[in-house]
Amino acid sequence: MKPIAALVAGLIFGVGLVLSGMTEPGNVINFLNISPNWSPALILVMGSALVVTGVGYRLGGRRSAPLFDTTFHRPAAKQIDRRLMIGAGLFGIGWGIAGYCPGPAIVGAFSLDSRALLFVAAYVVGTLVFELWERSVQARAALADG
Amino acid sequence: MLSGVCKVSPAHGVMGLISQDLLFHRGVMIFTNVLMNAVIGGILIGLSASWLFLSLGRVAGISGIVSQAIKQPGTLWPVMFVIGLGAGGWITAFFLSPTANRLAIEPVWLIVGGLIVGFGTRLGSGCTSGHGVCGIARLSPRSMVATMIFVGFGMLTATLLRDLGVIEA
Repeated sequence: MKPIAALVAGLIFGVGLVLSGMTEPGNVINFLNISPNWSPALILVMGSALVVTGVGYRLGGRRSAPLFDTTFHRPAAKQIDRRLMIGAGLFGIGWGIAGYCPGPAIVGAFSLDSRALLFVAAYVVGTLVFELWERSVQARAALADG
Repeated sequence: MLSGVCKVSPAHGVMGLISQDLLFHRGVMIFTNVLMNAVIGGILIGLSASWLFLSLGRVAGISGIVSQAIKQPGTLWPVMFVIGLGAGGWITAFFLSPTANRLAIEPVWLIVGGLIVGFGTRLGSGCTSGHGVCGIARLSPRSMVATMIFVGFGMLTATLLRDLGVIEA
């Protein structure tokens, strides 16, 4: 059941993203770029999504476990540290350059939008570079401890 | 997205943005109002995130799910989520064929942006969906801070690069 439940969640998410207009980076830039063409659409997308999600989490969280798993996997990290802030800053810069964040870019790539395909290829490389960097940092920390 | 079929001219002003128009495209009745679509799209995203939490107990952060799909392709659910995401979007785009506000951007900027977003979302443990939607919905202080930072830096970057003419607007 897990893969099917995840497939359904992905489908609804994809429909919502395209309907919201956020799969066109031009619409995202029209929000991020303060100009005479400025559009509040992105705020409405995020705002309505997070209100519905907030209610959904409240209702779902009343259960002792999710439907198809034994426990809820809530993110454990609590600390507002340098990694969080630098990472968010970098993400914002890349978002402001290209107008793509990961979700809309993946949807665009599946639709064979050449812009999204290029962005996703670079995005995957960026993710892999992070993994390699992370491993080297951990290896150095282990060496220092040993 | 759909302003190509519902031209909102300055003469219509705010009423042009609020008024609701209907249009038939490929036999499907769709709304052509940009802001209405933004809200409906957002509600669907919220329903998806709620369902993923209720069914699997997982947070619907796209960058996290994608990195899991890359790192552990043997675990099926993140792979299936990504496939659903692409398929749902593709089907919807087929019916709506959005063309308005199409951004022309040089390939080099797509590559630079993609690399930075890939690294940054992993370092910061999330993107628009994970922090901006799911995290704030959980009232997580980390996600609130992250969202303020990436929206702030996104606006700064988009505005400066286009005002200075580094990227053509």
